[in-house]
Amino acid sequence: MEQRSTDVIQGTLDLLILKTVSLQPMHGFGIARRIEQVSRGVFKVNPGSLLTALQRLERGGWLDAEWRQTENARRARIYTLTKAGRKRLEAEAEGWSRRASAVARLLKAEA
Amino acid sequence: MSLWRQLTRGLRALFGRAAADADLTDEVRHYLEEAAASHAARGLSPEAALRAARLEVGSLTAVTEEVRASGWEHGIETLAADVKYAARRLHTEFGFTVVVVLTIALGIGAITAIFSAVNPILFEPLPYPEAGRLVTITEMRSDGSRNDGTFGMYRGLAEGTRSFDTLAVFKPWQPTLQGRDQAERFDAQRVSADYFRVLGLSPVLGRDFEPADDRVNAPAVVILSHALWRRRFQANPAILGQSITLDERPYLVVGVMSERFENVLAPAAELWAPLQYDMSQGRAWGHHLRTVGRLGRAIGIDQAAGDVAAVGQRVIVEQRPETYAAEVMFGVASLQDDVTRSVRPALLAVFGASALVLAIVCVNVSNLFLARGVRRRSEFALRAALGAGRTRLIRQMITESFVLALLGGGLGLGLSIVGVRVLVALSPPGLPRLNAIGLDGAVFAFALTVTTAVGLLFGLIPARQAARTDPQRDMALGSQRLAGGNRRIRQALVISEVALALMLLVGSGLLFRSLARLFAMPPGFDARNVLTMQVPAPASRAGAGATLNFFASARDVIRSVPGVESAAFTSQLPMSGDRDEYGVHFEAEPARPAQSYGAFRYGVSPGYLETMRISLRRGRFFEEHDRAGAAPVALISESLAQLRFGTGDPIGRRLRIGPTDGAPYTIVGVVDDVRQMSLAVGESAAVYIPASQWPLPDGVMSFVVRARGDAAALTPAVRAAIWSADKNQPIVRVALMEDLVAASAGERRFAVILFEGFALAALVLAAAGIYGVLAGSVAERTREIGVRSALGASRGSILGLVFRQGLGLTAIGALIGLAGAGAASRVIAGLLIGISRYDPLTYTGTVALLAAVSVAACSVPAWRAVRIDPATTLRAE
Repeated sequence: MEQRSTDVIQGTLDLLILKTVSLQPMHGFGIARRIEQVSRGVFKVNPGSLLTALQRLERGGWLDAEWRQTENARRARIYTLTKAGRKRLEAEAEGWSRRASAVARLLKAEA
Repeated sequence: MSLWRQLTRGLRALFGRAAADADLTDEVRHYLEEAAASHAARGLSPEAALRAARLEVGSLTAVTEEVRASGWEHGIETLAADVKYAARRLHTEFGFTVVVVLTIALGIGAITAIFSAVNPILFEPLPYPEAGRLVTITEMRSDGSRNDGTFGMYRGLAEGTRSFDTLAVFKPWQPTLQGRDQAERFDAQRVSADYFRVLGLSPVLGRDFEPADDRVNAPAVVILSHALWRRRFQANPAILGQSITLDERPYLVVGVMSERFENVLAPAAELWAPLQYDMSQGRAWGHHLRTVGRLGRAIGIDQAAGDVAAVGQRVIVEQRPETYAAEVMFGVASLQDDVTRSVRPALLAVFGASALVLAIVCVNVSNLFLARGVRRRSEFALRAALGAGRTRLIRQMITESFVLALLGGGLGLGLSIVGVRVLVALSPPGLPRLNAIGLDGAVFAFALTVTTAVGLLFGLIPARQAARTDPQRDMALGSQRLAGGNRRIRQALVISEVALALMLLVGSGLLFRSLARLFAMPPGFDARNVLTMQVPAPASRAGAGATLNFFASARDVIRSVPGVESAAFTSQLPMSGDRDEYGVHFEAEPARPAQSYGAFRYGVSPGYLETMRISLRRGRFFEEHDRAGAAPVALISESLAQLRFGTGDPIGRRLRIGPTDGAPYTIVGVVDDVRQMSLAVGESAAVYIPASQWPLPDGVMSFVVRARGDAAALTPAVRAAIWSADKNQPIVRVALMEDLVAASAGERRFAVILFEGFALAALVLAAAGIYGVLAGSVAERTREIGVRSALGASRGSILGLVFRQGLGLTAIGALIGLAGAGAASRVIAGLLIGISRYDPLTYTGTVALLAAVSVAACSVPAWRAVRIDPATTLRAE
């Protein structure tokens, strides 16, 4: 939906969030930490952008949000992927790998 | 994407801002806690972990703000904040706000009120299906004046032309309705069977007229207006099929028109009956019918006009050549143009005037904004320095202007409601579609558009200033020394204001002088102290002799009323809207061939011309012995005498009126021309005959009563006199002759009154503009003036300084305005009578007035300048 019109970073952020939440429901910090860990520190997520993106995704109906008690007895807003979110994740993941491989091919050809 | 979620979440945030903020803060704080916990898990002390987490997350407020600002509701919140701030600002500058709002309200109110009248009359299509296909057909005389049509011509056109779906003719009719209640006289129409079909409408109840209804001696039928049906018959549907008595004759009610039916051809008509035109009496060629038609699909007016001209000429050649002048032309015009013809120039001129007022209002308010912008520059600077973005500042300024424009527009709309009432009260008699005038959707849309445009215009001025703000410089300088930059623009604005005001003043001056000329024009009779009223003959007195006896005896009784100098009656009354024209056929004589002219026919009682004080030029007036059975005699008007006889003597010549086979009248005298239709219309060919010598007696007469003193006071006595001749006789159209004369100039008077109002407003606004600029300039130059007077400048030279500036601006504005007025006077040229649109007296008078006002506007600032105390000023530095 936004991959064409907005800059790559934001589009990527949405994709990364959707992917992360698809593994298991998670709160904001959890998502940030997971993205950092899995990307081995390549992506460092700014909390302002992350929470803005989460609000946008929730309003768009791709994520559901719910206040729940976490295991360490804190109240946290937990995000879950919706059906629409799963669909969008698939579409964006597909689009991403297509573009990534295209860029990779181009770089190879130049090298 | 879920629009629903977007909407509900946004609204929840908007209306539950506290809860939404608490949620957001909780989430951000939780984020921080989790971050701290994860640092602690890596072995940092709680304090160190918290510090690291804070470093990582940054300012909690900034994060919260960032998330908050991303929703759509944030835009609304900003707008609300802007509006709130604007309201606070405007409240602080209360004086400024009031002046601006009132000024805008004046401009928008004026143009909206005028638009609400102009729109339904001139621009909206008439309230008929495919109204664009409706046209009227008129005959034109060789001098370009219009003439009503004849039944013979209508028949010829209906049979011969191919351009029309349907054609109809109609004439006014004023029947008296008898019943259980008081007899009542109505405005009504006699129409040919297709009248309503031409308009594209049919009765809402019952049936339309059929061709069979329109034959001579067919059973009399009538269709009622909705209003009459409700008023007289309690909206009872059972009235269909019943008879009502009109002029002592039973008419079968066959239909009722819809409540929404608007009859632009005769707005007051409440009854319709078929013409049942009798062709056998040779009356088919009297010019007293109007013709309306519905064009066939895809037929243009030009095409129809060609068709009508060709067929019309053929009819003239084949049928009755002698009643028609050889060079008759036909005019085919759209119905809308035709019914708005008399008021269009006045309405357009007034609309233009209100647009000028709006322009002046805009200029004036711009000026106020500029002056205020100077005062506010340090505020902008401060806000910019505190971190307000340029866009945000511009947005704020535009919001302020819009709030002002909306306040002004709203108030203006309120004013226009009053304005519309005034407008309708002032409206000239010929104004069609009076009941369609009012505030409707189109008017609201118009007012909103104008308001938005005004708001945008004024928003741009301070916005431009805000955009150019340079905080460092502006804050460093005191506001005293900032003003210079705008002076040029403000002076230009004042000049344009003066120019616009001058244009309006010239327009209203021209119209006013033209109206004065018009009223100074001799109408051909003496209107002072003359009471008039119209009376139909009682239908109980059938027959020519009995009808006339009634009028004669009523006249005799009126004559004996104390205070009455003389009394008489006539079949048509000048300036009353009556229009009874006939072909007047002069017999051949050695010097000239037989010839016909159209002329107003007056069937009068002896003493009519004397009562009206219409001067005799030659021969004699009517005398009591010119009665039925005596030799028929006629008087003709000077212009008809001129037309036919030039300098020759008409006395003793003979003429026929209407049918060419009637008895000839011998001309016994020539009288002054009388303006029949209005002071402005010089159609004055007229023929007077004794009412008793007219073969088809007139059923309705107008009495004219000349009083020794106050004519209006005689009304009850004269009424009583008529009722003594016949009880319960309806008496209508009671009016002073002077009022009728004034009303006949209604369109012009209407334009003059409105123009004067607008011109006055313009003058005040222009004076305020001049004053504002000078006052501002004197305030700015306080130091300079102080230094000057400290250096020994005289009071006179300081006065000169101020007046030179003010009058200089006025002079430039006046020059531009004169050129503009000269060009714009074209718009009102059609309303001017007896005066050129370049009338030098008006132009010089207007400039003198403007100069005087400008001197007055200069004097206060000049006075202030003279009183500047050099010591105080210099110490203030």
